[in-house]
Amino acid sequence: MPKITIDNQEIEFENGMTVMQACEQAGSEIPRFCYHEKLSIAGNCRMCLVEMEKAPKPVASCAMPAADGMVIKTNSEIVKKARKGVMEFLLINHPLDCPICDQGGECDLQDQAMYYGFDKTRYEENKRAVQNKNMGPLVKTIMTRCIHCTRCVRFSTEVAGVDDIGLLGRGENAEITTYLEKTIDSELSGNVIDLCPVGALTSKPYAFKSRPWELNKTETYDVFDGIGSSIRIDTRGKKVLRALPRINEEINEEWISDKSRFAIDGLSRQRLDTVYIKKSGKLQKSNWDDAITKIKLEIIKREQKNTLILSGKFTDIETIYASKKFNEKLGSNYFDCRFDNAQFIENSPDSYKFNSTIQEIENADAILLIGSNPRWEAAVLNARIRKAYIENNCKIALIGPKIDLTYSYEHLSDSLEYINKLNDKSNFGKILKNSKNPLIIIGTSAINNKYGSMILQSCASLAKKIQKNKDVNPLNILNQDVSRVGALELKFYNKEFNNDYHSTIKKYLSKNKPVVFLMGLDEIDLSILKDSFVIYMGHNGDRSASIADIILPTPAYTEKSSTYMNIEGRVFQTTKCHNPLGDAKEEWKVFRALSETMKNKLNFNNLVELRKEIISNFNCLAHLNEINPVKKISFGKNHKINDIKVSYNIENFYMNDSISRSSETMALCTKDILSKVA
Amino acid sequence: MLKQKDKIFQNLYGFDDWKLKGAKERGIWSNTRDLIKLGSDKIVEEIKNSQLRGRGGAGFPAGLKWSFMPKDSGKNHYLVVNADESEPGTCKDREILRNDPHLLLEGCLIAGFAMHAHTCYIYIRGEYYSESSNLQKAIDEAYENNLIGKNACGSEWDFDIFLHRGAGAYICGEETALLESLEGKKGQPRLKPPFPAGAGLYGCPTTVTNVETIAVSPTILRRGSAWFAGLGRPNNTGTKIFSISGHVNNPCNVEEEMGIPLKELIENHAGGVIGGWDNLLAVIPGGASVPLLPKSICDNIKMDFDSLKEAKSGLGTAAVIVMNKSTDIVEAIARLSHFYKHESCGQCTPCREGTGWMYRMMEKMIHGNVQNQDIDKILDVTKQIEGHTICALGDAAAWPIQGLFRHFRPEIEKRIEERNRRVA
Repeated sequence: MPKITIDNQEIEFENGMTVMQACEQAGSEIPRFCYHEKLSIAGNCRMCLVEMEKAPKPVASCAMPAADGMVIKTNSEIVKKARKGVMEFLLINHPLDCPICDQGGECDLQDQAMYYGFDKTRYEENKRAVQNKNMGPLVKTIMTRCIHCTRCVRFSTEVAGVDDIGLLGRGENAEITTYLEKTIDSELSGNVIDLCPVGALTSKPYAFKSRPWELNKTETYDVFDGIGSSIRIDTRGKKVLRALPRINEEINEEWISDKSRFAIDGLSRQRLDTVYIKKSGKLQKSNWDDAITKIKLEIIKREQKNTLILSGKFTDIETIYASKKFNEKLGSNYFDCRFDNAQFIENSPDSYKFNSTIQEIENADAILLIGSNPRWEAAVLNARIRKAYIENNCKIALIGPKIDLTYSYEHLSDSLEYINKLNDKSNFGKILKNSKNPLIIIGTSAINNKYGSMILQSCASLAKKIQKNKDVNPLNILNQDVSRVGALELKFYNKEFNNDYHSTIKKYLSKNKPVVFLMGLDEIDLSILKDSFVIYMGHNGDRSASIADIILPTPAYTEKSSTYMNIEGRVFQTTKCHNPLGDAKEEWKVFRALSETMKNKLNFNNLVELRKEIISNFNCLAHLNEINPVKKISFGKNHKINDIKVSYNIENFYMNDSISRSSETMALCTKDILSKVA
Repeated sequence: MLKQKDKIFQNLYGFDDWKLKGAKERGIWSNTRDLIKLGSDKIVEEIKNSQLRGRGGAGFPAGLKWSFMPKDSGKNHYLVVNADESEPGTCKDREILRNDPHLLLEGCLIAGFAMHAHTCYIYIRGEYYSESSNLQKAIDEAYENNLIGKNACGSEWDFDIFLHRGAGAYICGEETALLESLEGKKGQPRLKPPFPAGAGLYGCPTTVTNVETIAVSPTILRRGSAWFAGLGRPNNTGTKIFSISGHVNNPCNVEEEMGIPLKELIENHAGGVIGGWDNLLAVIPGGASVPLLPKSICDNIKMDFDSLKEAKSGLGTAAVIVMNKSTDIVEAIARLSHFYKHESCGQCTPCREGTGWMYRMMEKMIHGNVQNQDIDKILDVTKQIEGHTICALGDAAAWPIQGLFRHFRPEIEKRIEERNRRVA
């Protein structure tokens, strides 16, 4: 291995490393503003200058490739002087308004000025002031604070794939701005707030809310889409103030979507924090004891073996398991999780999982999207596809209506019929055949019809044909909800509801008029519930709560520890960030209590026992943050697919679940971004 | 004095026809095919032997630069001619483009062949309108006569030349900013390494050279490197176009031998300093970017790269800006600072923030509206910019100020004292 000498210490480094990375490895910290691991190298802040032997002037370590035999000094007088100089230049036109700046306390400029800067200013001229720019409802700008590191510009052009942010003007008049000052049209725009090393781009909803040192920081996972991004939740008391991404190379790298980040204000609006029972047509506040008694009576009255349990978008594995056991003890096997009617193949877990793994997208050189809009279904995953597109020259094609995916793709057809045509004669068929790492990504919009399982089988047989690498299963199903894969893994479905969830359930309800548990399920036609006794268990007063006969408050995802399985089949456990609001109780406790009153007691008494029991029944859930991808496609059959036009099942990225529908910020986004696009 | 027969630019003043017919009469395009048949190694060798140094300002040995181009990279090679002549005081390339464009085109073909390039881009300053139309006319003529294009001059080498007009940014004269601009991006210098010879235009091996460097190369090959190396001084060989402007009786461009004494240059060609040599205050010898020289040094200085470097200045583009005693030297340099503040691209911190700071301090210094310690402060600021930036614009902004204080510090101290007295 080549060697480099850093501060008199000789270390080995890997080829392709920069001097900065080698210095990090040697334990010499290099200050920087513009450099960011996930973005291209700009080298413009000049903070990372180091002295290199034989070089006439200090070099920018972030951009200089390390070479064998280099001698680097990171602490010489020249370097210190250079850093001081750069620091002074950065501060002369910086407003130094830290006391009123939201970045205060977590500001790179502040920290580095303490370490590397002067203690007083020599600048006697007037400071430059820059007009603030409108970047929409999410990003607040105080552009005078900007140090022109261009991280935001590089992020938006490289990762987010929108050219909305740029640097206009030159010299000291250079300004970061959005094109015509319009809202950044990206689902990842919030990440520029994290990237901004100063307080120029800050969070608009969080403005003046809190200081970083007043917050309780909890590391947990995101539930707004199926991928389960690693996040950190910042709370003060019972209020969630921020959601920030954590680094997780396997899933979200360093990004989260705007919904994950900003929908959190929905957690303190429209909340169900007490028990409601409908009396003479009106929901009235009540208590748990009355509700349990009432539910028991209704279940018995409406025949307990008919009880139906339907899960929703955020239903965790504990709830799924407890409710399923509860129902089975009542003698009913009527439960289902497929509210979007997405089909799958029984006993084939690879028919509902993202089998290749998310990280593998980076290596793909051909991707076929079938009935999927990944930009809205999993915005962070879409950034990965874009990465493959840029770095791997990945060819992408789409079956489904044309949409802007932030990268160019070949639009094959609006109709799923085209799957039959993807043979060696078609252009993209050839590309798939000749590529080394092809992937097929199937969205739920392609399989939410009665031919869903046929489409899956056809895709599977196509996937079998193009699979080159035995370790990578090219067949991927992109589920939109964090609850789905776990529920299917726990077999939380009833075959009677196959092929057409809504009409079969409608038939079942009108025939049996049972007690129905809606576990946070708002994505259902409310009219079919009118003769049944509806118990809504959830945290936000959304569509279904209005017609419920009983409302049971449950904690939101920041208020309990839950287990989920993401689209890849990766098990992850969220952490409780603060106590639940009001009288909310975890769902499994409710079913435990109900089972006892029904004289059919469930076997667990606490969360630990529950989890033990789940694992003993479903060993696949035993290991956290691990996946065992299904590498061999276990099903597949060629069918003739009819002319089925795809229509994407997300109408509004910003508001498609009960939390984000309660969020004011998301409503503003809808108004600002989506209405303009339309 | 350079003999007429040794002048490379026979039509520098445009007295003859600039078009193909006139050019052929002057011997341009006469035996280009034979020159190409020398082979690329031989051409580079000849240029190396001639000790030609780049005429764009930095004075990097041209032959060496050409030899950096990889032999077979499997990619397209590009020759890019930097005709974005924007250095204040400099107008030498303008005359070549206007009055002898075929000399440049012939040079492009030969240099392009020598560095295995089939494509040449000439990036011309946007303000050079008539120059660009002359050059385009010359390119058209050359295509029509098969001097360039497929099988250029019958040499079996395909060579295309494209003219691209800039949009008026000084920084686009910096070679990597020029490449960015040529690619259609914002003209901001790139980080080096990688150098253009490795990854330049569209990521392919590229050499960016000045108009004059390219234009002299055919003549060097025709007359031999020994002839060129015999002119001037060792390591500073050949002839050079000097642009003399400012307080002289007859501002002009003139081709002269390298190493000509400054005084001789001004007196013989520019009709002397207005008010006589003793009325001289200072000279900026190489375009706005280099430090000025006071009269005491001007008396004996020789105009070449090494002599001027010894005097802590530089030959730069050889644009001699003469200032006599009617000049407010502080205001003159402050004006240059304003230029650099205006032209800084804003990419890297020291230049973006520093140029404005220096300019504002210089403005105050014109009236002595500072304190004595501020002189040290501004010098310290120039040191903080110099060598810390991505490109050389930071250095170029710092040097004139350093030169001013090196030679005229008492002048400013006097102004400060006067103002302090007045205010008190």
